[in-house]
Amino acid sequence: MRPAPDLLARRLLFFTGKGGVGKSTVTAATALLAAEQGQRVLVVEADDKGAIPGNFEQPSVGFEPREVYPGVCAMAMRTEDSLKEYLKLNLRVPVLGRLGPLARVLDFVATAAPGVKEILTVGKVCWEVRESIEGRADWDLVVVDAAATGHIIGQLDAPRAIQELVSVGMVREQTDWMVELLSDPSVTSLNVVATPEEMPVNETIELVQRARVELTVPLGAVLVNRVLPELFTHTDEATFEALRADDASAVLTSRVGSGATAVLDAARLAVSLRRTRAVHLAELRQAVELPTLYLPYLFVRDQGLRVTKMVADALAQELGL
Amino acid sequence: MTRAEPRATSIESLLATKEIVIFCGSGGVGKTSVAAAAGVAAATRLGGKVLVLTIDPARRLANALGLEDFGNVEKPVPVEAFKAAGLEPRGQLHAAMLDTKRSWDELVLRHAPDEETAYRILENRLYTNITGRFVQSHDYIAMERLFDVHAAGRYDLIIIDTPPTRNAIDFLEAPKRMADFFGGRLLRWLTMPYRMGGRRGARVLNVASRPFYQLADRILGSQFLQDIAEFFLSFQSMYDGFAQRAEAVERLLHDRRTTFAVVTTLEGAPLREAQFFCEQLTKRDFHLGALVLNKTLPEYLLSADGARAADALAAEAGPIAEELAGTGVAELADAPRTARVLRTIGESFKNFAVVATREAELKTELGRVPDVVANVPNFEIDIYDVTGLARIGDALFGG
Repeated sequence: MRPAPDLLARRLLFFTGKGGVGKSTVTAATALLAAEQGQRVLVVEADDKGAIPGNFEQPSVGFEPREVYPGVCAMAMRTEDSLKEYLKLNLRVPVLGRLGPLARVLDFVATAAPGVKEILTVGKVCWEVRESIEGRADWDLVVVDAAATGHIIGQLDAPRAIQELVSVGMVREQTDWMVELLSDPSVTSLNVVATPEEMPVNETIELVQRARVELTVPLGAVLVNRVLPELFTHTDEATFEALRADDASAVLTSRVGSGATAVLDAARLAVSLRRTRAVHLAELRQAVELPTLYLPYLFVRDQGLRVTKMVADALAQELGL
Repeated sequence: MTRAEPRATSIESLLATKEIVIFCGSGGVGKTSVAAAAGVAAATRLGGKVLVLTIDPARRLANALGLEDFGNVEKPVPVEAFKAAGLEPRGQLHAAMLDTKRSWDELVLRHAPDEETAYRILENRLYTNITGRFVQSHDYIAMERLFDVHAAGRYDLIIIDTPPTRNAIDFLEAPKRMADFFGGRLLRWLTMPYRMGGRRGARVLNVASRPFYQLADRILGSQFLQDIAEFFLSFQSMYDGFAQRAEAVERLLHDRRTTFAVVTTLEGAPLREAQFFCEQLTKRDFHLGALVLNKTLPEYLLSADGARAADALAAEAGPIAEELAGTGVAELADAPRTARVLRTIGESFKNFAVVATREAELKTELGRVPDVVANVPNFEIDIYDVTGLARIGDALFGG
């Protein structure tokens, strides 16, 4: 399917993906690109691993959003802080001080009651979006480095799960507007980052199928990261194969030295890797029926802001910006 | 803990001397394939009865191990699969996949004081939610299952790959956390009003806990709280069984027959996590047996000769192509095309050399590592059969 030129024309973008595919980098790059398009962006790090600020070469952030790049603020989700903020906003509680170690209570309730941790994460995100829509907060766009593919359904489905379990009370009332916001295709989209490898592709296909059935959150795009370049056309490849034959490689060795073998082997490796991955890409394209964006494999030595910018540039190109 | 035994010097000796090898690392580094490959190599070369207990294998890998629809049941990997790979296994390889939900159900049936309690728990909707959804429950059940299989004594060697956790050390603490959880004061506190006779009991609560209930009631609604309490009251009846089990699991993880192998790729984030994990294992007195560097690029990409040749091919592509056109090979007759291909492969070499250099740098930055460090190359094809696993196994044993 065509790319999704309107990827950034939402208020809330969730990014998921299998571990190791570069989900945080793609999330950071999306935020950076949106900021360069003039948006004020909040990036939320759902798992508090510190990867997002790292992508901007900034020290780790806390629950309070802090600017990590012009136009981009980042925050780390801490469910305990989220609960505190929630209680402060919703209850006039002198009681709070007498609650004892809130962390332990929360830890307990979160383990005991399914979805509590998730709702505190998604709830805070939704709240920031709603505040922005209603003009009380500044964000044009909230981008979430969300749970990995295995846990994203549980995370995004938390408000509905709570609705099913909790029939009355304050929480019940508040999940209603959250579900509405999360289900609105003009506001929210769930995007999946994958690499063209077997497991990431399988998990993406399974997730997309499940999400269509189990979630009301609209699916956005699949972003395929680390796509290797195609080295040769068909006829060029025949030429390459001929270079690997004894006679030709003898010529090469005499001209450029014994390192010629390494160069030929490296090209062979590049071709095979690309080919193996092409099979997975084709499978992905065929199975998901979603707009697909391709981000190149980056042959760079360093990590950090420069890489984030490179990914953002590639993304801009894919989006036709 | 002091260990008088001689230090293992290779993955091979580790697999030969230990009874349990736990492969761990962050998501996407290839734990499952490496664990399965270790199983294939051990069964082939060392002999004995080997079990690979895996969590979530790729479909084709599961098929290769004969796991397509068996889940929790341990099954022998057919000898034909080895023969097709040209291998004559000296031992027997078995494989099983961990079905979290079913393992939990079995656990409840085992520990519940009576059948009625067991079914009350199994039918509770909170139970389904907790066991099905929570990562922590996967952690615990994996270790619990390991204990169970080990205690049965059917295998000489058990290889397990750990579930993808948000935090690599979570599963180490799972047994203790599970025991604390069911024995905790907090649980007793939370379920108190219900143990004292339903909602009416709330009136006699002490001053300290009343505000919590009032608040919890306002936020969650009392029905929900009661559901939770009921569930945990049933669950508490299994506490003694649980606590003992959790302790035994913990002991087994610390046992000298058990070792850990940390798997990582040579990329920033997974490597940092692997490093952290190595430190934590040592700090907590677990046996850190090996570090496996997976999917590494070949060493020839770092060779100075290669770099020189790549530069020369790009710079002199034209003249070299002319000379090649003179060899009479049909595919090399078109000199401009050949020149283009030469420039492309020169550039491609330099591109991959950059990544290989980054990997080499990250490798030198590794701090504390175990005695055994194995390198597994990036195979250009997917590994999905015993032949492929044997190749990884060769790399593991040879490294």
